[in-house]
Amino acid sequence: MKLPIGLQHGVLAGLLAGIGSATIFLLRVLRSLPLVALRPGLVVRQVYLVGVLSLVIIMISGLFVGMVLALQGYNNLVRFGAEESLGVIVALSLMRELGPVVAALLFAGRSGSAVAAEIGLMKATDQLSAMEMMAVDPIHRVVGPRFLAGLISLPLLVAIFTTLGIFGGYVIGVQLLGVDAGSYWGQIESAASFREDVLSGIIKSIVFGLLISWIAVFQGYTATATAEGVSRATTQTVVISSLAVLALDFVLTGLMFSGD
Amino acid sequence: MTQHDNLVELSRVRFLRGDRPIFDGIDLNVAAGSVTAFLGPSGTGKTTLLRLISGQLRPASGSVRVDGQEVPQLRRKALYALRRQMGMLFQSGALLTDYNVFENIAFPLREHTDLPESLIRHLVLMKLELVGLRGARALMPDELSGGMARRVALARALALDPAMIMYDEPFVGLDPISKGMIVRLVRLVNDALGLTSIVVTHDLEDVLQVADYCYLISQGKVMAHGTPEALRADDSPWVRQFMRGEPDGPVQFHYPASTYAEDLLGERR
Repeated sequence: MKLPIGLQHGVLAGLLAGIGSATIFLLRVLRSLPLVALRPGLVVRQVYLVGVLSLVIIMISGLFVGMVLALQGYNNLVRFGAEESLGVIVALSLMRELGPVVAALLFAGRSGSAVAAEIGLMKATDQLSAMEMMAVDPIHRVVGPRFLAGLISLPLLVAIFTTLGIFGGYVIGVQLLGVDAGSYWGQIESAASFREDVLSGIIKSIVFGLLISWIAVFQGYTATATAEGVSRATTQTVVISSLAVLALDFVLTGLMFSGD
Repeated sequence: MTQHDNLVELSRVRFLRGDRPIFDGIDLNVAAGSVTAFLGPSGTGKTTLLRLISGQLRPASGSVRVDGQEVPQLRRKALYALRRQMGMLFQSGALLTDYNVFENIAFPLREHTDLPESLIRHLVLMKLELVGLRGARALMPDELSGGMARRVALARALALDPAMIMYDEPFVGLDPISKGMIVRLVRLVNDALGLTSIVVTHDLEDVLQVADYCYLISQGKVMAHGTPEALRADDSPWVRQFMRGEPDGPVQFHYPASTYAEDLLGERR
């Protein structure tokens, strides 16, 4: 296809071509998912590798983010005598924003990079070509299960991150700083709405899961088959995923909370 | 398969990499049941030829027929059905590094059949016995030597009992004993299993021992073809240079460049 003059060698043309091929690739992956779902063993193994093995970093981070939120929140709220609202501040920040975003950033660094490196290395060592020659489609066998595993794992990791964050807030706020336990939990229960707060977090986590998995498998699959190419794919996965998560979080927040 | 005299037929195949032609109207045939060698200096696109035959690459023009089917026109499903009849041995072996030797050979069987585990075990052990590595079935790919990895890859390529097998530089980087084993296996496997074999190599002496027919390829063209004896007797300058390994001749030692004096005295680039 001939592009208009000025676009032929520009950055924009490169970007558009990149997005185009990534979208075609995503469609191929999505088409493979029904077949992938017929082989749950492959997906479960990948959920273990990208999800279960991320638990430690997600749990510890969630706990500390909740504890810091409680400390900062308490110091500010106590000036207005509103420290009873600490639970709401911690819970809403985590459910709406910090849970999905921080967990997604950690997931991109921990699992996205690993998936891109693994697929890239399989390509560099001809393993993907060998599969094609054995009439096994690497999109079904390698890419699909990893993509689906990311899509399943991130929402669960976000839920765990958020829950531990709220618990961390409780430990600092209630146990250490003396906020009333009944107020902490009661205010969360009365102020947090399922549709606005919990559901928005779930939607964000699913979108981020899809985004990071897509970027990771695409970068790995299209990596140049050299050591440098694989290293570039790994770095690109983390950089592009992080920027995309932050940018898309802004868009999603704008869409979901514009009526507030 | 194999009802045609020629299992593989390439006619007037052009293939470009960017604007650079790799093949410029190449014609060649591989007779069913034979061991055919594609020979040529490094970088002449011999591996590309295998990728064209297996449908991993498409030619710019011309016809690539395998078992009477026009490969570039096959849709994915038909292409995969054809590939189940082809085995390919990659230069690196390309074993799946997360699986041990046994699982690597079982991989195509598990992917394409619903055979019970006991039968898969028998088939895998049979293939391993053929390449002499039954005792190495529990090893991981990183525990194998180069020659062993290639024999495992051969066993894997044979797992689905293909009609044809393609070897990409099977002799490169092997010690004389391992190389001798692979040379012997190429012939043995071809004759014992009634296959058609294509061997891509620049390793002249080894392949002339096993090949029934050879194509000498260079500069995007078939420079000569014939039986090993006919090629040895060929007196054209190019064939003579290649067969005798002379450093200079029609294939020049120097990559095309301006004169050395011009480079030394001219502008620095």
